[in-house]
Parts: sequence; C-alpha cells; structure tokens
Amino acid sequence: MRFIPPLVTALVTAFLIGPILLSALAGVTANWFLGLSGGFTLQWIGRVWEHYAHTIGLSVWLAFATLICTLVLGVPAAWSLARSESRAARLLEEALVLPVAVPGIATALGLIMLWGAVGDFRTHWSFVLVGHVLFTLPFMLRSTIAAMKQADLPVLEEAAAACGARFWRRFRTVVLPAARGGILAGSLMVVALSLGEFNMSLLLTSPFTMTLPVGLADSYASLRLEIGSAFTLVFLVLLVPPLIALQMVADRLGGVR
Amino acid sequence: MLLAFFLLPLARLVGQGADPALYWRALTEWQYVSALLVTVALSLVTAVCAVGLAAVVAGWLAHRHFPGRRLLVAMLTMPVALPGVVIAFMMILLMGRQGLLADITDWLTGERVVLAYTIVGLFAGYLYFSLPRCIATLLAAAEAMDPALDEAARMLGASPWKRVRDVWLPGLAPALVASGAICFATAMGALGTAFTLAADIRVLPMVIYTEFTLATNLGMAAALSVILGVATWIALAVARSFGGGMSAAA
Repeated sequence: MRFIPPLVTALVTAFLIGPILLSALAGVTANWFLGLSGGFTLQWIGRVWEHYAHTIGLSVWLAFATLICTLVLGVPAAWSLARSESRAARLLEEALVLPVAVPGIATALGLIMLWGAVGDFRTHWSFVLVGHVLFTLPFMLRSTIAAMKQADLPVLEEAAAACGARFWRRFRTVVLPAARGGILAGSLMVVALSLGEFNMSLLLTSPFTMTLPVGLADSYASLRLEIGSAFTLVFLVLLVPPLIALQMVADRLGGVR
Repeated sequence: MLLAFFLLPLARLVGQGADPALYWRALTEWQYVSALLVTVALSLVTAVCAVGLAAVVAGWLAHRHFPGRRLLVAMLTMPVALPGVVIAFMMILLMGRQGLLADITDWLTGERVVLAYTIVGLFAGYLYFSLPRCIATLLAAAEAMDPALDEAARMLGASPWKRVRDVWLPGLAPALVASGAICFATAMGALGTAFTLAADIRVLPMVIYTEFTLATNLGMAAALSVILGVATWIALAVARSFGGGMSAAA
C-alpha cells in the first residue's frame, strides 16, 4: 500500500520527462535507427536552420510583439478592473476568460471569416498576432489583477494622491512597482504561450507567415525523424528559459505571501 | 478591441453555420456524429485518468519536504507549455515505428509493437498535456488542506483507504471537478496532437480543419465549431457550479 503513491509519482515523472530527453537526444544522433552507437552530430541542427530559420525568427518576433500588446492593453485594463467594485467590472472580468474556454480553432475560423478578405491582412504577420494576443491576454490580466488586489492599491494610491502625486506619477511610482511580480509572471507566461501556440496558428498562418510550431508540424510530416528532433531541440532551447524564469518568479511570489 | 477581434468573429461564426439544415446534418450524419462521440469519449477518459493520477501525485507531494522537491515539482508542471504537435512527436518517438516501445517489445518478443497512430497513442498524447495542469491545480489544493485532519484520522486508526475516502476526497472534491473539467475542455479543442497522430481516428477539431481546408466547406466547419464550443462550455459550466471556477485554467 505505502509504496503505491511514490511509485505513481515516479512513473508520472518518467512519462513527462522521458520523452523530452528522448527527443533532445534524437536531434543530435547521426542516425536514430542505429541508436547511440551511430555517433553524434550537429548536422541536423544545421539543416533545421537552412529550412526553418524564418519560422524561428517570426515566432520570436511574434512572441515579443504579443508581449508588447498584452502589456499595453492588459496592465491598464487590469488596473481599472482591480480597482472597480462594480458588478459590470466583475462581469467583464469573467468575460475576459472566454477566449481560453472557446476552442482555438473556432476563434481562428471566426477571425478568418470576418477579416480574411480585408486587404492584405490575411497574409500579414499581424493577422497571427491578433490570434496570439486574444489567446494570451487573459493570462496577463489574471496574473496582474491578482497581484494588484493583493497589494491593497486603493489605500496606497490614496496616500500618494494625498501627498500631491498626479495620476501619471501615481501609476508609475505606486501601481507599477506594486504589481511588478504579477506583471513579470504574466509576461513570461505570455511569451511561453505565444512561442508554442498551434491550435489557432495552424489556420491563421499562411505560407508567407509560418510560425515555429506550424513549421514543426511541417517537419514532422515531411522530413526525416532526426530533423524533426533537432527542430524540437531548437524549440525547447527557446521555450525552456522563460519557463524556468516563470517558475522562479512564482516561487519568489509564493514566498512573499 | 475584444469586441472587434473576438466577439464579432464568434458571432460571424455562429451566423455562418446558422442554417438549421447544417446542424441537422452535423448531428445526424454518421461521419460527424462518430467524430463527436470519439472526441467526447477520448476527452472524458483522458480527464478521469489525468485527475486520478494527478491526485495521487499531489496527495503524496503535499506536506512532504525533501531535497530536490522543487525540481521535481518543476519537472512535473513545466510540460504544460509544450504545444500539442511537440507532444505528438514525442509519442511517435516513444511508440512509433522506430520508437522505444518497438525496441523493447522487439527485444522481448521479437515483434515490433507500434501504438503511436492508434487510439492508445492519441490517448497517451492527451494524457501528457493534461497531467501537468492537473498536478499544478491539485497540488495547490492539497497544500491548502490542513495536514492535521489526515494526522487525526491516522491517530484514530483509520486505514489508508478510509483516509483517502473520508479525508482527502471531500477536501479535494472542488479542485478535482474543476481540474477535470479544464482537462476535458482542453482535450476537446486539442488540434496539435491529433494533427500529427490521428491518421485514421477522426476527432472533431481535425474534422473541422479538413472541412475548412480540403473541402472548403465553410458552413459545415462553422457549425461543427459551434457544436464543439457549446460542448466545451457545458463542461466548464459544470465545473463552475462546483465553485472551482476558471482559476484552474492556468
């Protein structure tokens, strides 16, 4: 009896981590069919760079642009939602999580039907950006609102106002520092999610605007196993740093509470 | 902004598929009904298994301190950000024609077992992306529980089964339902995993994708999306009524 829970934990960990190591390994073996005895090589990574460098560039750029958009839209929105006590604000807060609940493919289809024929929008990278912002904004909002609510902002702001600080100064010197942790955690989440977004991207991207995960699917379907693995490895190298940073921020925030 | 880029497209989606005949076809023709049933069944089984496994892991990890615990928790929760395509590819490495499973069974019995493209492989992929979010939610809930309850039950001589039934299950119930519903919703809409793995199995997001790209049947794709959305929504609404709410979505 007693050994069952640790055993399950060990098995689940192996199930989650094993495949990651396996694919990372496969990306640098000369020939996966021969296994490790075939030796190691970086040639597959070179091939990935040849074929898919543009998708990597676009995805990094999109993640950055998505981050800017969610910061510009999300932080002020979170601020007004966190301060407001009205029912409308609560309702709006609920409505903002909608994009998470609606399957990405449905949202993407709706976007294409409504905006697909408007000028060159469909083949421009900003079309994918819209989808990414929709998908990630709720995560930024939730994390920022939580941090702002915890900081007891109305009291702090009132104090600052009583001392004669104007709105812009209050926002910069009181609100932003108070919500720093939440904004940082939200930002890292947004970057990680945008880098890996596939459900919407598959429909939103065009041959001119292929993102990294769509490129991954393409390489899995059409190129040899080692190239797919090498591409996965490149993707993991991009994705893991924000995830580790996210974990560290979460740990630090948890310690403060 | 939300209006222009989210609500209006959704309205358009509903409008595009608004022809009752389309819905009638989507809900009666076998090729669509079977896809819906397969998707619901697969998502349901995934959610139940993921929640069950995650509950055991979370119950064991909560209130237990040992070196490397933080690393273990990080390893268990980080895969949440891996996209479905990557997970599918990992399942191919694990269970595909040149996969680990094939090598092992080849060595044991002389036959290469290939499961990646069957329902088992698809299920393993779905389980993979469901587990991390369940573990994260349930671990938080289990940590919030008072360890004194379990302690007291143990002192009074309750057997492990009794403690699970009378202490842990009631304490974790809201989190269990909430994370189960989130798993179900995510599994319903998962396109990436199916895109790479489901060669013969038709799950709903894949059907929508093929209707849209190959058959360019916009109306049907829209009608199916609406059905998918509604089914997902019902699951989340159930979770909500249990008080867990959307906070579990992260």
